[in-house]
Amino acid sequence: MAGSRLKPCFDNLRAQQRTALIPFITAGDPKPEVTVPMMHAMVEAGADVIELGVPFSDPMADGPVIQKASERALAYHTSLRDVIGMVKEFRKQNEQTPVVLMGYLNPVEIMGYEKFAQEASAAGVDGVLTVDLPPEEAEDVMDIFSSNNLDPIFLIAPTTTDDRIKKVCSVASGFVYYVSLKGVTGAANLDIQGVADKMKQIRAHTDIPIGVGFGIKDAETAASVGSVSDAVVVGSALVNKFEEFADKPDNIQKEVVAVLSSMRSALDSGMEKAASK
Amino acid sequence: MNQKSAFDYSQYNLPDTSGHFGPYGGRFVSETLMAALEELREAYEHYLKDPAFLKELDDTLANYVGRPSPLYHAERWSRELGGAQIYLKREDLNHTGAHKINNTVGQAMLARYMGKKRIIAETGAGQHGVASATVAARFGMECVVYMGAEDIQRQASNVFRMKLLGAKVVPVTSGSKTLKDALNEAMRDWVTNVDNTFYIIGTVAGPHPYPAMVRDFQAVIGREAKEQCMAQTGKLPDALVACVGGGSNAIGLFYPFLADKDVAIYGVEAAGSGIETGKHAAPLCAGEPGVLHGNRTYLMEDKDGQIIETHSISAGLDYPGVGPEHAWLKDTERASYVAVTDDEALDAFHALTLIEGIIPALESSHALAYAKKLAPTMKKDQVIVVNLSGRGDKDIHTVAAREGITL
Ligand SMILES: Cc1ncc(COP(=O)(O)O)c(C=O)c1O
Repeated sequence: MAGSRLKPCFDNLRAQQRTALIPFITAGDPKPEVTVPMMHAMVEAGADVIELGVPFSDPMADGPVIQKASERALAYHTSLRDVIGMVKEFRKQNEQTPVVLMGYLNPVEIMGYEKFAQEASAAGVDGVLTVDLPPEEAEDVMDIFSSNNLDPIFLIAPTTTDDRIKKVCSVASGFVYYVSLKGVTGAANLDIQGVADKMKQIRAHTDIPIGVGFGIKDAETAASVGSVSDAVVVGSALVNKFEEFADKPDNIQKEVVAVLSSMRSALDSGMEKAASK
Repeated sequence: MNQKSAFDYSQYNLPDTSGHFGPYGGRFVSETLMAALEELREAYEHYLKDPAFLKELDDTLANYVGRPSPLYHAERWSRELGGAQIYLKREDLNHTGAHKINNTVGQAMLARYMGKKRIIAETGAGQHGVASATVAARFGMECVVYMGAEDIQRQASNVFRMKLLGAKVVPVTSGSKTLKDALNEAMRDWVTNVDNTFYIIGTVAGPHPYPAMVRDFQAVIGREAKEQCMAQTGKLPDALVACVGGGSNAIGLFYPFLADKDVAIYGVEAAGSGIETGKHAAPLCAGEPGVLHGNRTYLMEDKDGQIIETHSISAGLDYPGVGPEHAWLKDTERASYVAVTDDEALDAFHALTLIEGIIPALESSHALAYAKKLAPTMKKDQVIVVNLSGRGDKDIHTVAAREGITL
């Protein structure tokens, strides 16, 4: 295989002038059996890429909603290996939809970079976003990832300087992830004008697709952010449903699908997009 | 001797420019903080050479903290142990009763010079929280302290002290509700309020430049000890002993001696109920390398890389990681890391109290417990300097409860 599924996926979306919808859920939340069927349901509801959170005991960049998701998943000892296993299971029925693992470095470090990259790639993982691994610390890791067809996904933040944007874009592949606000996942309101300005600044350096996440909580924010970005990542708004229905796991899928579908139609009817491009 | 121990400490200048001590240290944080850490590194490197800053720091350490702290020859205890002469570096006599204030004074001054008006801190036992609240009061800054909900229960009097000092104490209910979770929460605050907020980390952990910066603020301990030891004994000590939680009091003592290769260095971790029980807080003795709280170092973790709970009678040593410089000192064999149990620490706590009339902190009692084992193996004209990192008043309730006494 040459390259991951991410580039063809985004090329395709671009050709159709569609904005990618990327749901984030924590693998193993609220229990392991929920995850793979949920991934299929999300694709059905219009997800273009799936971000699968790898639970970690110390999720420093996450707000309370995703912290608790990690805690629920860890109550079942959902490990990085288990998450890779879920992707493998998902691939039995879905060969197209790119899957990105999102998490923290330590579980990968313990497994070993080489071993992780081989197993993840073999299972059908396409990209890896390790929140606490900036490009400065990632040199060796990037070589290992790219020789295994895994795209390293890096973050850009409102505080990222122009110099660093250049640096991040020069090593990123798949897409870059713009964190739309100063804060943790699930935090307050995002400033759409600020996002639009930053998109221009990033696009001055790169052609790589830009996904925007943190703070996308409903169809309306999804549509307005989607009008200026290549992808919207929605996390806490979905994970909230896992919390709300944690003791009735059978109901979660319906709730998550409802949120995603409303975002999908808002994105698709976002006429502003065509105009602004 | 393996190859690593050939590392040359006579020219020691770590960390490198990107904050690494060999494979350890570094800057493993989310992108939002990268600019703030760069700003902090620049400010710290600038002001540590700025005469006005250094003069104000020296004045504050002398007249507010009460430095230099004495180096005290524990003659009776040394005689009783029948070996090397034990000298205690009396950080317990500092304002607020521990070494922690050396660092909070330095960082709060840096915050002020950088124009940040709000400081945040994490705390476990409450010692660093109290030291942060103290300097915030002294410099007229807003102060928010994150503390695990469990620890708030265990350390009620320190919580009240912080409140008296005008700080806001925020209970942390995520994860294990202890120090590591307080650190996570402080990081989350910092990411959110990065424009106006200065995060005072309490030990030599965290992303670059914290491990180097906190070390530099604590190194006053070792510089003084070196001079005092020369003045009192006419020579350098033969051994240094300090307890290691995150490792700030230890590195503060060790750092100025790293190039003195005849000085043996011992860091003492908390073995809790015993290393073999798994209930301990000894990442250097029984953990393995990983990445947590912004740096690569030895950690207590399970096979999946999840951080596990620690156990120690001393809240200040109850941390699953350790400063990255200690990881490097261990691998290169410049320092030896050992561990003593809760019971051994309690024994030493009582011994020093009864024999020298000094009530040591339970953290420091770990260093004393190891000195107690080490001294009899050495000659009477040899010298051990033990870092008495704090006083034990805060711990009397813990000791009483442990011994079944109701106060
Ligand atoms: C008196 C005392 N000693 C030692 C420590 C451990 O910290 P460190 O290893 O950073 O010196 C603490 C922490 O609270 C403390 O209060």
